[in-house]
Amino acid sequence: MSSQTLQAPGRTPAPKGGRVGGGLLDPRQLVRSLPAAFAKLNPVTLWRNPVMFIVEIGAVFATVLAITEPSFFAWAVVVWLWLTVVFANLAEAVAEGRGKAQAATLRAAKRDTVARRIRGDWRPGSAVPALEDVGAPELAQGDFVVVEAGEVIPGDGDVVEGIASVDESAITGESAPVIRESGGDRSAVTGGTKVLSDRIVVRITQRPGESFIDRMIALVEGANRQKTPNEIALNILLAALTIIFLVATATMQPMAIYAKAENPGVLDSLALTADGVTGIVLVSLLVCLIPTTIGALLSAIGIAGMDRLVQRNVLAMSGRAVEAAGDVGTLLLDKTGTITLGNRQASEFVPAPGVPVEELAAAAQLSSLADETPEGRSIVVYAKEAYGLRERQPGELAHAEWVPFTAQTRMSGVEVDGRQVRKGAATAVMKWVRDNGGHPTDEVGAIVDAVSGSGGTPLVVGEITDGRARVLGVIHLKDVVKQGMRERFDEMRRMGIRTVMITGDNPLTARAIADEAGVDDFLAEATPEDKLALIRKEQEGGRLVAMTGDGTNDAPALAQADVGVAMNTGTSAAKEAGNMVDLDSNPTKLIEIVEIGKQLLITRGALTTFSIANDIAKYFAIIPAMFAAVYPGLEALNVMRLASPQSAILSAVIFNAIVIVALIPLALRGVRYRPSSASKLLGRNLCLYGLGGIVVPFAGIKFIDLLVQFLPGMS
Amino acid sequence: MSPTTAGILFILSLIAFLVLTHRPLGDYMYRVYSGARHLGIERVIYRLIGVRPDAEQRWSVYARSLLAFSAISILFLYGLQRLQDKLFLSLGMAPVTDHVAWNTAVSFVTNTNWQSYSGESTMGHLVQMAGLAVQNFVSAAVGMAVAIALVRGFARRRTEELGNFWVDLVRGSVRILLPIAFVGALALVAGGLVQNFAAPHDVTTLTGGTQAITGGPVASQEIIKELGTNGGGFYNTNSAHPFENAVSWTNWLEIAAILVIPFALPRTFGRMVGDRRQGYAITAVMATLALISVALLTSLELAHGGTVPQATGAAMEGKEVRFGVADSAAFAAATTLTSTGAVDSFHDSYTALGGMITMFNMMLGEVAPGGVGAGLYGMLVLAVITVFVAGLMVGRTPEYLGKKIGAREIKLASMYFLVTPVLVLTGTAFAMGSPEQRASMLNTGPHGFSEVLYAFTSASNNNGSAFGGLTVNTPWYDVALGLCMALGRFLPIVFVLALAGSLARQSPVPASAGTLPTHRPQFVGMVVGVTLILVALTFLPALALGPLAEGIH
Repeated sequence: MSSQTLQAPGRTPAPKGGRVGGGLLDPRQLVRSLPAAFAKLNPVTLWRNPVMFIVEIGAVFATVLAITEPSFFAWAVVVWLWLTVVFANLAEAVAEGRGKAQAATLRAAKRDTVARRIRGDWRPGSAVPALEDVGAPELAQGDFVVVEAGEVIPGDGDVVEGIASVDESAITGESAPVIRESGGDRSAVTGGTKVLSDRIVVRITQRPGESFIDRMIALVEGANRQKTPNEIALNILLAALTIIFLVATATMQPMAIYAKAENPGVLDSLALTADGVTGIVLVSLLVCLIPTTIGALLSAIGIAGMDRLVQRNVLAMSGRAVEAAGDVGTLLLDKTGTITLGNRQASEFVPAPGVPVEELAAAAQLSSLADETPEGRSIVVYAKEAYGLRERQPGELAHAEWVPFTAQTRMSGVEVDGRQVRKGAATAVMKWVRDNGGHPTDEVGAIVDAVSGSGGTPLVVGEITDGRARVLGVIHLKDVVKQGMRERFDEMRRMGIRTVMITGDNPLTARAIADEAGVDDFLAEATPEDKLALIRKEQEGGRLVAMTGDGTNDAPALAQADVGVAMNTGTSAAKEAGNMVDLDSNPTKLIEIVEIGKQLLITRGALTTFSIANDIAKYFAIIPAMFAAVYPGLEALNVMRLASPQSAILSAVIFNAIVIVALIPLALRGVRYRPSSASKLLGRNLCLYGLGGIVVPFAGIKFIDLLVQFLPGMS
Repeated sequence: MSPTTAGILFILSLIAFLVLTHRPLGDYMYRVYSGARHLGIERVIYRLIGVRPDAEQRWSVYARSLLAFSAISILFLYGLQRLQDKLFLSLGMAPVTDHVAWNTAVSFVTNTNWQSYSGESTMGHLVQMAGLAVQNFVSAAVGMAVAIALVRGFARRRTEELGNFWVDLVRGSVRILLPIAFVGALALVAGGLVQNFAAPHDVTTLTGGTQAITGGPVASQEIIKELGTNGGGFYNTNSAHPFENAVSWTNWLEIAAILVIPFALPRTFGRMVGDRRQGYAITAVMATLALISVALLTSLELAHGGTVPQATGAAMEGKEVRFGVADSAAFAAATTLTSTGAVDSFHDSYTALGGMITMFNMMLGEVAPGGVGAGLYGMLVLAVITVFVAGLMVGRTPEYLGKKIGAREIKLASMYFLVTPVLVLTGTAFAMGSPEQRASMLNTGPHGFSEVLYAFTSASNNNGSAFGGLTVNTPWYDVALGLCMALGRFLPIVFVLALAGSLARQSPVPASAGTLPTHRPQFVGMVVGVTLILVALTFLPALALGPLAEGIH
């Protein structure tokens, strides 16, 4: 299976480092989801959404009324009431549809494979006895299976013997193979991925039917999706509002009958008769008032939030975790790979007194040509970039004798044309110079201390030419903070999130990097226990903590953290302990996860506000339509100058339905989120969705009325 | 000086008074409810009722104590009325009929003081003093106790304990209400209110008929009637009666007494949660709503549309000449914005839209500033609902004062908010649906409907003022309105205490830049907006068929 086919249906590659955006809504997707939307009209499933369930009951009631007393107006309202329910179902169906496309590609990976299971007792390291072929679904926890090049790994597990390159594109979408080996933090393999080379023995850790891919499929399909705590709370508020409007509408009837009876001269109309407000109009009013907009879009927002994570190759094991991400107060970030590039790099050559810096650069480069460590490579690169020294291949210096680094000498170098060059740990190189009759000056010691003090690692370069030993200078190796991290952390601070850098470095080095990156705090010489203690301490203070981790020793901290993101390259223990898995294994993504969590909540709040604010305009449309006949003064409330009572009511109902469809893209994409303080965010969203929610329906209903008034039976 | 200028000065002087008293009284109440010391008289009371004053209560125990106390109070008050002819100081009055006695007992225990009887011709001095006046004190103290318990819920962390109901009840009565009422009563006597045990005087009126003029302990009852936002008058005409409200400055003092505690409680709240700005924000919400209401009501009354007011130059129908339009409107606003319900003019005679403002004031849930205690807890519940919607919009689980507003909290806040609208609307609908109850209306058309709507709004919100124009001393209205008063008082109280319990259990989330600030004008504006919109949406159809239909031409 190629990664291209995987990418096609929906999993767009994550925009690296970009703002939280989202997939655009394809109009064809709406059409494709229509059958599912109609299927969801089934009251057995719809009752879980109380607001829309009430609309459906209203629609049924209105249909009965329209059959018994048919009129064009009644049927027009009935059609739009049904459309309101269908549109709500459509929102959910579209959101689910996107997940289904992803699930389909995952299912393709989960075809039935035949596993070669080791028969009988076997321990890693011992000779493999006979193998038996069994179907993958029959594998039990603790079984050992042998997988060779070209075979698909039959289930999730840990490599217990061997090393292999594995194509994990089926789950990560990343086509480059990864190395999996026994022991250490790269031992976990996922069922459905393919071994490209070598042979490994895997101990199965999953229970049958509960593989990683099974869980992924369930997650992206939104199957057994559970409502998140905030969603439950919001549903309660919406239910309360629905009850209020139900009471307000129902109790209006005796008041209306009284009003009509007090004005016997007024003729019965389609809106008001001696029996009170007509059923059709009463249902219309109720549907317009109850918070249908947010009620219709609520579950789509939740599904789309999970989906946005999936688009960024993050799998959240529960919606609760996504929501918690928005609440995070403290971010624990590993220094290496998250804040800094993976390795230290040469950043400066500091020559000893009397040595030209070019000479130091040349010696440093020469000594590093055969050094294949990332640090060594960085010296060569820096010499080229800063001093224009051409990179020479070791082969060019055929007669050179390379001195490799050893733990004993703690330095490496070269001997060429009678000249010896060494670079390495300060004490080792200085001792080497002294042993050969040189006298390193105090200034060199000062340079070394200065580099250490600034958080860098000093490498001393020394040479022996013509029997004279001397120190040429110091290479300053430093951790390079990733670009843009300081800005990111400033944003976090504005969002009220504390960032803590976790590192195994000594406090001095840690502080220097923490200052440069702009994190709020750091934990130096951190052990897994320290991490766990820090998380507990933050949680004591009422803050939610997010962290990433990959090793088995991270598992307790991942489990303790409120948002624990395990790297996909990590061990199964880490993946089990966390509540999210990042398939790209990119620790920086934690920041995006937080933003997605916030965006999810903001979208819900914004649409709730919009939905409630909409009601004002609807009252101005419907109240005069119902009662201006008996109390002509109320015509003053018809500020939109709607053409007739019928057209006013129909326009309000149509607006109410159309606004759902119009907001589906927003619900799926999430409202725009830019990190800023709570006050600013609220101000902006209030203006947009609060004031907008008041104004938009006035314009919308008026516009619809301009068209609707030409329909028959509207005057 | 034009009536408008005089009205503005009247209101400005009231504002000045409230600004001056806000801080010292709020701080004093903070010390009263937070202190560990018990006064000698309080110890005696605790010993008498068998309470250990230092034992704290969980929310459920607090609620049970409150409900038990109120139930016993209702029974006692009912008995006192039914047996008044057998007891002393009855002035020869007959026992109160069963439905009126039930209605009155519930009315005074719930701090509503709805009166379906006329005071001077129904209740003897003993009922007035040992029954009604006592409830004027303790029902107010109960309201404050609930508010303090809710504030403790916000202020405390990881505890089940909300304080002790009996201690809060006794301290509120003994240390806050009694001293202020004592001083206030003396001032009112100085202003010309009566305070005696005199038997009725028979006087011959100008038209030659005879009239019995009843005296009594009026001033002492008058002050607590206002201070405790009770509103039950000694006389049928309430504060329009010259013995209850003699001159312009007693009118001012009575309005000041109505508002002084409700406006100082937010300060107490701010002190208790350790952030005075939070108290100022709540005060600002209350003040904004109150100012909008007073300004609208006064200007609608001063504008005096209609033939008769145009001809006479003022909408004077139902208003006392000695107070005038503006001062009467200020009283009407104050009494309906709080749960007082005392009147110095007749709301039924207000302009249609002016009358609507008095109704709308009550429909707000009486939170601006509301009844003593009840206003604060009502406002805090609205703040919780606002925080929930606003909190989502800043991308966090909503929290107020560090306490998370989750499913349980929003459920209790929603149920609190549901109670009164449901009672008002279903009660009104039942009355309007029944020909017999419609017969109680003295007016036809939308005005008649307004009378019924007002009655249920007043009872369910525990206000107690009457629009008038509705015969309510019928068994049906007495029972129905009594139920509205009882449910409208005790259901919300139980929900508030449950909310307090749920908040007190939490440990607070520290504030950060990502936390929604709840002390800024932005939040104040949002609470005002949410309150106005929620109430308008709930009651607009009903208001459209009543005052709006009558008032818009």
